[in-house]
Amino acid sequence: MIRVRPSRVAIYLLLILFAAFYLMPIYVLLITGLKSFAEVNLATMWQLPKNIHLDGFVKAYEALSPNLQNSIKLAIPATLLSAMLGSLNGYVLSKWRFRGSDALFTLLLFGMFIPYQSILIPLVQTLQEINRLANELHVPAFLSGIVPGYGSIAGLVLVHVVYGIPITTLIFRNYYATVPGELVEAARIDGAGFFGIYRHILFPISMPGFVVVIIWQFTSIWNEFLFAVTVTSKPVTQPITVALNNLAGSYIVEWNVQMAGALIAALPTLLIYILLGRFFIRGLLAGALKG
Amino acid sequence: MLPPCPPPLGVAMRRYRLGDRLIAILMILPSALAIGLFVYGFIGWTAWVSLSNWDGLRPDLSFAGLRNFQRLFTLPRFQKDLENTLVFTVLFLAACLVIGFLLAVLLDQRVRGENLFRSIFLFPMAVSFIVTGVVWRWLMAPTTGLNLLFDQLGLGFLKSGWYTDPNVGIKAVVIAATWQMSGFVMALYLAGLRGIPEELREAARVDGASEFQIYRHIVLPLLQPITLSAVIILGHISLKIFDLTAAMTKQGPAFSTDVPAYFMFETTFQGDHYAQGASIAIVMLIMVSVLVVPYLRYSIRTEAQV
Repeated sequence: MIRVRPSRVAIYLLLILFAAFYLMPIYVLLITGLKSFAEVNLATMWQLPKNIHLDGFVKAYEALSPNLQNSIKLAIPATLLSAMLGSLNGYVLSKWRFRGSDALFTLLLFGMFIPYQSILIPLVQTLQEINRLANELHVPAFLSGIVPGYGSIAGLVLVHVVYGIPITTLIFRNYYATVPGELVEAARIDGAGFFGIYRHILFPISMPGFVVVIIWQFTSIWNEFLFAVTVTSKPVTQPITVALNNLAGSYIVEWNVQMAGALIAALPTLLIYILLGRFFIRGLLAGALKG
Repeated sequence: MLPPCPPPLGVAMRRYRLGDRLIAILMILPSALAIGLFVYGFIGWTAWVSLSNWDGLRPDLSFAGLRNFQRLFTLPRFQKDLENTLVFTVLFLAACLVIGFLLAVLLDQRVRGENLFRSIFLFPMAVSFIVTGVVWRWLMAPTTGLNLLFDQLGLGFLKSGWYTDPNVGIKAVVIAATWQMSGFVMALYLAGLRGIPEELREAARVDGASEFQIYRHIVLPLLQPITLSAVIILGHISLKIFDLTAAMTKQGPAFSTDVPAYFMFETTFQGDHYAQGASIAIVMLIMVSVLVVPYLRYSIRTEAQV
């Protein structure tokens, strides 16, 4: 005879209740997004749509697709650049420690916690200055896309790469710290230099570190709002978070379109989470320093 | 004839390592300079702006002393912001720690489907605060959403005006923020629980301790460093929360959901009151530093001892 202990029942009941709480917004996003405008009714909000209508998604996609592309053009280069920088910095700070390197590391880490409001005014001024300089230097038109100035995606890439240095350096430093020093010492005796050791010892085993950092940075940059809304003033260069906020902020836009838009904006990072959740969690825990 | 004698190994190594050391420092220099300028230089510049008379589009960096700060603290809106920040931080931290710990303990009971539950509790972390804000604004719309659900479930007494009610205000935002971040605390605690050797609990059981006593006297004290990490991470997020209120409620009725970050953004970039905006930013920076700097120094120091 199988005896079901009441405490086990209580555990599963609680877990299921909490799961329902966490999934509820996704349920609402989906069912509202799949309804037609006529069917979006305050009194039937929790009911499944009678027929599946995709016009909410079509309208939301039409409104958001340029910004979706902006976010891709922003997140991919910024993620790759900051991963490379983080790897290099982490290598130096774990295997080539010099006098003051711990102090430098602490100073870098502080940059991860500051409220970015405390650097926004000089940041905007600096990016505007870059625009002015590019103008004066007559940067040819085909190069204007990579001038990291105010209001441009390239400018936002620069911002995310710089302010991504602390977290990417932290993750790689802690990752490389697990590589035994004897391995590095042996390579040194065999005549390998700074780059040789990186190329032959550290880099080949860096894959998990890169995956964690790339997922972490891509997710953070894709979801970021404060820099995006301050640095990109024109709709043509705005990333998806800003566009979604504008879409949802205008009260003429129907709820089904808003919910469909929110789901579209969340989809890339949700997919990454579903497919590579393991690495995502590792990034989260790494961000908690010694967690 | 003897072959030419190679230089003593030690000398060659030292010279060689000196060159490589220089390369190492040169390699980290760009990042160090970038952070030096974009973090520390810019903070200094913001501090300078906060002490200036810059009000309007044209920079005016003449010295104003602490006037901006004096004015700031007399503004009813900023006083309300500080109150909201306090309420938000306390409730958000408490809710996330309690729920996160509870979920971690539940998942630690060798349950079936642990991975699925964990993924469900944690997925909101992958979504932006903007998406969260948009969804929860709909869920907490007074005429539908949760209120409608409560009505249908016979729980009408739970109905609320949510963010439209100035008396609820920021507490409604706490619910959305807890939905997003409590799974993170669960992940932290779960990792911590898994790090506690089973023998320790087994020994306590043999000694006749109840499960509750084991958690109270063995598990919780061992998880203290994790609680500290969680408090620091969640605390610094709550002190600078911006996206969530911007998407969900903006400043709310009677500034009931206004926060310093949103006030700073409006003052500076929509109102062009740069010096005033900078003073809000500096107050925010001081609040975050009080929380984070001791923790950073403590973690680096304990790490150096290992």
